[in-house]
Amino acid sequence: MQSLVEPFLDELQNVKTLDELNQQIGTLRDKLDVEHLVYHSVNSTGDQYAALTYNPEWVDRYIEQDYARLDPVVQGCYRRFVPVDWKDLDWTGKAQREFLIEAIDSGVGNQGFSVPIRGPNGQFAMVTISHTATDELWQLYTQERSRTLILLAHFINQKALEIERGTDVVALKNLSPRETDSVRMIALGYSRAQAADALSISEHTLRVYLESARFKLGALNTTHAIARAMSLGLIVI
Amino acid sequence: MLRYIPARDLSRFPKLAQSMFLDRTAQFADRLGWPVQVGPDGGERDEYDALDPVYVIWERRDGGHGGSMRFLPTTGRTMVDDHFSDLVQGAKIKSPYIWECTRFCLAPDASAGVAPALMLGGLELGLRQGLSHAIGVFDARMIRVYRRLGWPAAPMGRRGEGTNAIMAGMWDFDPAHRAALLRRARVSAELSEHWWRRSMDALDLTEAV
Repeated sequence: MQSLVEPFLDELQNVKTLDELNQQIGTLRDKLDVEHLVYHSVNSTGDQYAALTYNPEWVDRYIEQDYARLDPVVQGCYRRFVPVDWKDLDWTGKAQREFLIEAIDSGVGNQGFSVPIRGPNGQFAMVTISHTATDELWQLYTQERSRTLILLAHFINQKALEIERGTDVVALKNLSPRETDSVRMIALGYSRAQAADALSISEHTLRVYLESARFKLGALNTTHAIARAMSLGLIVI
Repeated sequence: MLRYIPARDLSRFPKLAQSMFLDRTAQFADRLGWPVQVGPDGGERDEYDALDPVYVIWERRDGGHGGSMRFLPTTGRTMVDDHFSDLVQGAKIKSPYIWECTRFCLAPDASAGVAPALMLGGLELGLRQGLSHAIGVFDARMIRVYRRLGWPAAPMGRRGEGTNAIMAGMWDFDPAHRAALLRRARVSAELSEHWWRRSMDALDLTEAV
């Protein structure tokens, strides 16, 4: 899973327009091996943006019927703060049941999993994967991937905000000196215990710095973060 | 019972919310003497309450507040970034896997089980969404309390001496802590699961949307 997604994150860094982002959503969908991937964002003034792989007729129909007002995924995610399997949402209303049937008929899939994201200044977004699968298989699939999906969702949202706001966005890649030190020590082959010792911090603190550096570098794991930091010239070893 | 409530949903629990902010006044303004803001309704609130945090709250049988904590993802603004950066050597900690925990508060007459139950709630909140760590800034004396409660905080930095000392620390979200916290809170794994589900299901009620 990680090795499949790493190249996506590298390409995501170079995305400059919403069109390119849309393309990348398609690429990522293929790598995740699901039928659909959706990124949907609403800012504080109600402006919406979506990058998705659903068929265009379903998207038109959804917009024309204003299904967002009754879609349990949208309503449920807006209130939630943790990822949610569609099965855990409330589909008992008549309108919701009919909506679900129509969605499945339109190729959305019978299973879904959505990650809510709260961005700056009241911005809200969600990243959804959907698929046709049995409950058992879907549970295995999402269990294995939910943590990575959370990270992907944040990176995609960050990129979308960056495109929307243009150049005034503060680059996340500003590592603090201690974060840079932590990445450098691991890059030099120190174990976590040795690195913590050399930097006079606890191993726990080191782990927090590494995790934070990894996120700021848009990387999936520590090895990926080291590669990023080196290619950006943030560390020299 | 434990409740997990995002700030935008607090208005659906008026008694619980109101008594929580009043108890925060009692703890942070009256007892600890911190320079916090107390509103016209007598409740203590700060700017971070406006950033849609998630509250882990112990609700008493009468619907009032027994104790609480506040969680914010470090991807947004945090207290440690804004005010206590020196405690983490200037690092601006940012990760969707690391959340900040602040305003650990107990009602003045809270029973002994409330504090461990809150720690259990904090652990559940992290484990159920795949977080790696919580960070927090606290009165340095709390380090012993957290250890006694069954989920020690690892110190990251310290400012000041004696009773005025404050500390930044972190907790790791490791399922291995669950057994000890369940035991100290005298709660079964099933009940803890039930409380979590109940809170999540409550978020689906669409009447307020």
